[in-house]
Amino acid sequence: MSQAGTAADIEARNAKETAVAFERAAVRMGGRTIWSDLSLSVARGEFVAILGPNGAGKSTLIKAVLGLLPLADGRASVLGRPPGEANDRIGYLPQRRNFDAGTRIRGVDIVKLGLDGARWGIPIPGLPSRARDAARVAEVIELVDATVYARKPIGELSGGEQQRLLIAQALVRRPELLVLDEPLDSLDLPNQAAVAALVRRICREENVAVLLVAHDINPILSYLDRVVYIAGGTAVEGSPEQVISSETLSRLYGAPIEVLRASDGRLVVVGQPEAPFVHGGRHSHD
Amino acid sequence: MIEAALFQGLSWNPITDLQQLFAFQFMVNALEAGTIVAVMAGVTGWFMVLRKQTFAGHTLSVIAFPGAAAAGLAGLPVALGYFSFCGLGALALAGIAGSRRSLSAESAAIGSLQALALGLGFLFVSLYHGVLNGLDSLLFGTFLGITSRQVGVLLAVAVTAVTLVVVAARPLFFASVDADVARARGVPVALLGFGFLLVLGLSVAATSQITGALLVFALLVTPAATAHQLTSRAVLGIALSVAIALGVTWLGLALAYFSVYPVGFYVTSLSFAVYVGVRVGRFIARRRQDVALAPEPA
Ligand SMILES: Nc1ncnc2c1ncn2[C@@H]1O[C@H](COP(=O)(O)OP(=O)(O)O)[C@@H](O)[C@H]1O
Ligand SMILES: [Mg+2]
Repeated sequence: MSQAGTAADIEARNAKETAVAFERAAVRMGGRTIWSDLSLSVARGEFVAILGPNGAGKSTLIKAVLGLLPLADGRASVLGRPPGEANDRIGYLPQRRNFDAGTRIRGVDIVKLGLDGARWGIPIPGLPSRARDAARVAEVIELVDATVYARKPIGELSGGEQQRLLIAQALVRRPELLVLDEPLDSLDLPNQAAVAALVRRICREENVAVLLVAHDINPILSYLDRVVYIAGGTAVEGSPEQVISSETLSRLYGAPIEVLRASDGRLVVVGQPEAPFVHGGRHSHD
Repeated sequence: MIEAALFQGLSWNPITDLQQLFAFQFMVNALEAGTIVAVMAGVTGWFMVLRKQTFAGHTLSVIAFPGAAAAGLAGLPVALGYFSFCGLGALALAGIAGSRRSLSAESAAIGSLQALALGLGFLFVSLYHGVLNGLDSLLFGTFLGITSRQVGVLLAVAVTAVTLVVVAARPLFFASVDADVARARGVPVALLGFGFLLVLGLSVAATSQITGALLVFALLVTPAATAHQLTSRAVLGIALSVAIALGVTWLGLALAYFSVYPVGFYVTSLSFAVYVGVRVGRFIARRRQDVALAPEPA
C-alpha cells in the first residue's frame, strides 16, 4: 500500500468536503470589472451569507457559482467540478421572482419542475418512478409547510407563500448546495424569521451547504457560520464578528464606518448610506 | 355545381343532417382538415398563452395574409405562401426577441413588422386580378375546395409540430414559467424559444387555411385562454384547449355548411361565446364563494 497522503488524495478529499471554492477570482462585464481578488470557501453543511450594498456584485457571484458567467481571472470549483458542471446537484433560487396574478399554474407543478423540468419526452403514466416523484414533491412541500396552498394557482398566492414553494422547488432534488439570492427580500418580518429558520434546519439536517444573499443580516445572524462581504470591487470573508466590524467595513469602504450592537443583539451599521441593514430597527406596525 | 344541386338544406333531423354533412368529399376533407388544425392549434396555443406570446402569434397571422396573396399572385399553391411567410416571420420574431431589447422596444419592432405585412398583403392583392373572391377567403377563411392532398400536407405538418411540442413539453414548460432556473439547470432556453416560434408559425399557417388570416385567434388563442381559465393543471389544460378548439371547429363547419356565412365567422363567434361563458361562470362562482365566506351580520 502506498501512502494515503499524496497530493492527489488530499485534493480529492478537499473536493469532497468543499462545496464551493473561489481563489482570487474576478468577473468582468461590459468591459468593467465587477469584483476581483475574491476568495471564498464553503464547506458541506455550512451556512454562508453574501452581503454588500446594491450593485456590489452579489448576484454576479451567484451566477459565477452556477457557471452562468465566466471568470476573468482566478480559479473556481463547485462541488468538485468547474462551475456549471454540477448544476443538477445545486438548488437555485434567483433574485425576486413574483409570478403575476394571471399565472394559472399550480404551485405543485412549479415544484415538480425542479425534479423533472429538464427531462425530454413525456412521462409514461403508471411507472413506479412517477409515484416516487409525486411522493418526493409532496414531502418537500410538507417540509416548507406549503401543503395547504400548493394546489392553488401560484399567481394567486402571497409573496411569502410563493417563496416557500420556490424554496421547495430548489430543494426537491436533494441538492448538495443551495444558492439563494435574496430569499427574504419580499417577506414581512415573521416570514423572514420562519424562512431563515427553515433554511438553517435543512442546512443542518441534510448537510446541505447554503450560500444566501441577504440584504439584512439580522434575521440570519445567529445561524451563520461565515460571511462574505462584497464592496468596493472586492470582498472579505470571515466569521460574522470579524467581517461585520467597524475596522473591516471601514477598510472595505475606504471610509469610516461604525458597527453598533443593539441591546437585542441586532447589528446596526452607521456611516455608510448605501450599506445594508442600516435600517435595523423593528417596524412599529408589525 | 352538381354538389349544389344535391344540397338539401337543414332538415332539422339530426341523423339526415349528419349524413348530409358527410355525403360530399369536400365536406369530409374540410372536417378532416379542421380536426387536424384544431388539435395543433389547441396544443401550441396553450403554450403561446402561457408564454404571453399572443402578440407574436397575432403578428404571424397577419404575416400569413401577404404570404397567401403573394402565392396567389405567383400562381403557386396558397398553402406554400402561408407556410413560407409564417416560417420567415417566425425567424424575424426570433431575431427581434434574441436582440434582447427592452420589452417596449420589442413590441414596437413586432408592431412595425405587422404593419409592413399588412401593407405588403394589400399590395399583392391589388396587383392580383382575381381580387375580391380571393381576398375574402384569405382573410376570413373557407372550407370549400380543400383537396385530399392539402389534408395530407396539413397532417404531416401537424404531426411534426405536435410531436416536437410533446417531446419538448417539460423543458418548454420549465423555460416558459421559470427561465432563470431552467437555464441554470441546463435547459436550452433560447433554443426552445426559437423552436417554439417556428412551431407557432407552422400552426398559424395551417390554421389560416381554415379560419383565414384574420381569424386565426379563434382557434389559437381563445380555446387556450379559456382552458387556462378553467384549470391550473397543465395536462388537463392542454386537453381542454384541444377539446374546445375541436368543438368550435366541428360546429362552425357544420353551421357554415348550412348557411351563407364564412366558416371563420362561426368559429370565431363560438369560441368567443365559450370564453365569455367561462369568464362569467368563474365570476359568479367567485362571488358565491365570497358571499359564503363573508361574516354573518350580527
Ligand atoms: N449584463 C450586464 N452588463 C454590464 N454590467 C452589468 C450587467 N448586469 C449587471 N451589471 C452590473 O454589475 C453590477 C453588479 O450587479 P449585481 O451582481 O446584480 O449586484 P447586486 O446583486 O449586488 O445588487 C451592477 O453595477 C450592475 O450594474
Ligand atoms: Mg442582486
